[in-house]
Amino acid sequence: MADMSWHSDPGGRQGSAVLDMDSIEAGEISKDYSSDTQDDFGVTFSSEPRGSSASGSSKSFAEDMRQRVGENVTQMMWQAGTQSAKRAWNVYGNIDLLRPYFDVEPKEVQSRLLYSLVPMRPTDARQEVPKELYGPAMVVLTLIALLLYQMKSADHRVEEGTLIGSAFAVCFMYWFGASGLVWFVAYVSEVRIAILQILSMLGYALFGHCIVIFLGTVIHTHHDHMFFYLLWAIIGGLSTLRMAGIIMSRTRGPKQRLFVTGTIAALHMFFLLYLHFAYRTIVQEISDALNDNLVPAPASVKVEVIAPSHNVEAAT
Amino acid sequence: MADVEFHDEIVDVPLEGDIDVPGAAKSDDELSTLDEPVKETILRDVKAVGNKFAHVLIPKQSRVLLKEWDLWGPLVLCTFLAIMLQGSTDDLNMMGENDGGPQFAEVFVIYWLGASVVTLNIKLLGGNISFFQSVCVLGYCVCPLGLALIVCRVLLAVSSDSLGLFIARFISVIGGFAWSTFASTAFLADSQPAGRKILAMYPLFLFYFVISWLIISHTHS
Repeated sequence: MADMSWHSDPGGRQGSAVLDMDSIEAGEISKDYSSDTQDDFGVTFSSEPRGSSASGSSKSFAEDMRQRVGENVTQMMWQAGTQSAKRAWNVYGNIDLLRPYFDVEPKEVQSRLLYSLVPMRPTDARQEVPKELYGPAMVVLTLIALLLYQMKSADHRVEEGTLIGSAFAVCFMYWFGASGLVWFVAYVSEVRIAILQILSMLGYALFGHCIVIFLGTVIHTHHDHMFFYLLWAIIGGLSTLRMAGIIMSRTRGPKQRLFVTGTIAALHMFFLLYLHFAYRTIVQEISDALNDNLVPAPASVKVEVIAPSHNVEAAT
Repeated sequence: MADVEFHDEIVDVPLEGDIDVPGAAKSDDELSTLDEPVKETILRDVKAVGNKFAHVLIPKQSRVLLKEWDLWGPLVLCTFLAIMLQGSTDDLNMMGENDGGPQFAEVFVIYWLGASVVTLNIKLLGGNISFFQSVCVLGYCVCPLGLALIVCRVLLAVSSDSLGLFIARFISVIGGFAWSTFASTAFLADSQPAGRKILAMYPLFLFYFVISWLIISHTHS
């Protein structure tokens, strides 16, 4: 509050804007502090010393203050509200801004999907990365559907929320989060790549995940994960190599290359492991427990387990 | 005063006639809904919704679904699917879990999230269609899958689980899936830029595929 107009002091010196410490007696200052402590912050702003009428003016000052604060808060709230409303409107209106990144031909998408699994030898020439988001978005949506299928077939359950919600969150958070992280690492290591290119590259690389998750769910090998590890190494490795080639062709120093490539490879491969095992281990543990303990257990144990529930039902 | 004389003159000749704006639509029908019985209003809306369902079941190039969009049909269909697909609570109680909630919410979320994602994709690809128009079309086009679900439930209720039963259910769901996809493309085809139809079709296909898969994987009656 830089506005000083509220402070009207009839007893004060007119026109003094600078506090002259020499011209004020010590007693005057002490009276000033003792008389109106509730608005003593006024002293820091105002150079006008207050006399005997200070207590009278402090009342009107407090009221004025309250009114002004109220007005300001209302104004601030209104501004914040209109700003967020404008932002929401802009997001919908700015769909046009995203359109260029969705401007592809079906054949291009097809070839990009295929080439996401074909690593190229890094040469001096920069490998091209499209700034396109249609393909990655569709790959992520497909991955969500496959994940839903996997969760269902593994009897995964979510305590709060829905399966589709968690699949959606995991996939999109990985896509955006990993892209952000890789962008940061690439920025630090001076890789010549834009954030949209990273989004596109990581998104297309998820195509390999889709294949692995699909095959891993359809071809069920319950207690033996060899098949999955094989797919993980081959298909996941191919898409990682593809990304590594792109990064290598755009980076200079060997240390930087290793750093960025290592980050991408770790993120990519561990995400695939996570997707495969996160929604599966719990069920397997339960099924193991059921097979090992409950099935060979004597019948009396089962009766004990069942009996209380019958009692409860009878009571109700 | 001159005013008084002026008044006297006016009273003699009362103002009469219609004001016609050339080109403006006659809105007599809509104005009269104020004093019509509630039953008529509801029946008219129900008829409009039923008309749209008929359009989906017999797909032909028509603008009714796009022009007069509403979300009643999708809401009814969504609730129907969600209730019918609700998991039974009996077989899961051994783990001390109640499977009541998520199933309903899940169908609900898939339905609306899927429809909005497909719509967003259409808009991003440069389709010439408004958001709710597209959601309306997508929602109404789930109708064949709803019919397939009814067939599945009847089949499951009639006989026990067997291979023949599964094949019958599979055929009905595949039929519903194809029908839904075909109907929605028939309605949305015009709004797509030429040569990009397959790009807009893919998420649509995925959306109906997930719903079909939910229906076929629902085995307990």
